Amino acid sequence: MNDYMTLLSFGAQGWGDEIASGMAVTVSLALATLPLGLAAGFVIALAKQSAEPSLRLAANIYTTIFRGLPELLTLFLVFYGAQLGLQRVVALFSPGANIEINAFVAGMVALGVVFSSYASEVFLSAFRAIPAGQYEGGYAIGLSKRQTMRLVILPQLVRISLPGLSNLWLILLKDTALVSVIGLSDIIRQAGIAARVTNQAFLFFGVACLLYLVLALISSVAFTAIERRTHRAELAR
Amino acid sequence: MSELASVERPPPPARTWNRQRIVGTVLIGIWAALGLGLIAFLALSWNQELFERYAPNYLSGLIVTIQLVTISIALGALLSAPIAYARMSKNRLLAWPAYAYVYFFRGTPLLAQAFLIYYGLGSFRPQLEALGLWTFFREAWYCAILAFTLNTAAYQAEILRGAVESVPRGQWEGAASLGLHKLRTFREIILPQAMIVALRPYGNEIILMIKASAIVAIITVYDLMGETRRAYSRTFDFQTYLWAALIYLMIVEALRHAIEWIERRIIKHLKR
Repeated sequence: MNDYMTLLSFGAQGWGDEIASGMAVTVSLALATLPLGLAAGFVIALAKQSAEPSLRLAANIYTTIFRGLPELLTLFLVFYGAQLGLQRVVALFSPGANIEINAFVAGMVALGVVFSSYASEVFLSAFRAIPAGQYEGGYAIGLSKRQTMRLVILPQLVRISLPGLSNLWLILLKDTALVSVIGLSDIIRQAGIAARVTNQAFLFFGVACLLYLVLALISSVAFTAIERRTHRAELAR
Repeated sequence: MSELASVERPPPPARTWNRQRIVGTVLIGIWAALGLGLIAFLALSWNQELFERYAPNYLSGLIVTIQLVTISIALGALLSAPIAYARMSKNRLLAWPAYAYVYFFRGTPLLAQAFLIYYGLGSFRPQLEALGLWTFFREAWYCAILAFTLNTAAYQAEILRGAVESVPRGQWEGAASLGLHKLRTFREIILPQAMIVALRPYGNEIILMIKASAIVAIITVYDLMGETRRAYSRTFDFQTYLWAALIYLMIVEALRHAIEWIERRIIKHLKR
């Protein structure tokens, strides 16, 4: 028992600090991906509910591709594909230059496109839940299109899409585990290194699992708080 | 009234080249260019020797992927029934462990679960050898099936629970008043109605499993993704990944359309 405590302690003997730094990488990757995915997902949802067929088709192609590919494959396509592509482009200007893609950025882009294609579906169904009268009411009191979107539609959209988005956030947190494969030192990778060095694989992967559970728990507490906030407007009437 | 009905409506407004249409057309153009570029790239880098060498590997990888998903979905379905039952039970001693099980397997990454089983249980090698289970846990293939089965059982239990609970209580009561046994009520009245609700989530779960199965490549199972990684590490030819992407995309799309077709068929009697 004491051995386990030493192994998990923060210090030269223990692996606590390494695993904590891995947790920081996991959380910061997920947090960095979130705004990217939300913004892209929102724009794609706008395209999907537009009256213009070509815009709808373009958005649907995007979601079909990125919801159909395994996340791991998307990650490899971004990581190796972008590397090869950039290398070709750079070779035109300075032959012999070696380009390496940052694993964090590759992870962010890959997880971001996957997140955005799922988020666009959540936003789309939220858009459909808002009656046309809300837009008409906005225009009737003299708001511009943009103002109506910002002041009337968006607050309702956030409230309706929050449960779906919280689900996607939990999926995103779990998907960050994949970046350990392209060499980013997240929880899984650090736990794997600790397991190989100390020969205590069950302990360290068990700790990794528990840390993901803790992150999920914190997220659900946060989401409950946000949900209560967004529903305040409803109750005040 | 008939006069009103014959009122001439104004013609629909002509489609003009507004901003949306321009953006949409440009985006379609980009997709078309990317698609053509992909075809051109695959055609130009076509290598007969490479194809003859690796196509059989891809095929066997595809078979491994399909086997893994089929076996774990089937075993997971068997396992999910008691879990869903326990989860719905009023007995806390049953409900709590089931809830913990579902929470653990849905709250942690499948990759971590696979590592925990494949590498983690290796820590208990002497105990497992004593029990005669070591031959099972030594093989990455069996560990993958175990991890995937446990994982999908948690998800399927939730699908099953949601579907059964979506059937109104009156159906249970109606059957009870006819004197039907509980088990028979479940089999003949509740389950058929629940399955209509559950079909789409089940289909999504199969698609998610096919996509998730790619991670077994990391624990040295040579599924489609594993064969792709092996081919790439030997050739450093990017088209290996593109072929894998095309195959995965085709499987998922075919499955999605098949599920929609089945759903249209079984809800026919509900549409008026």
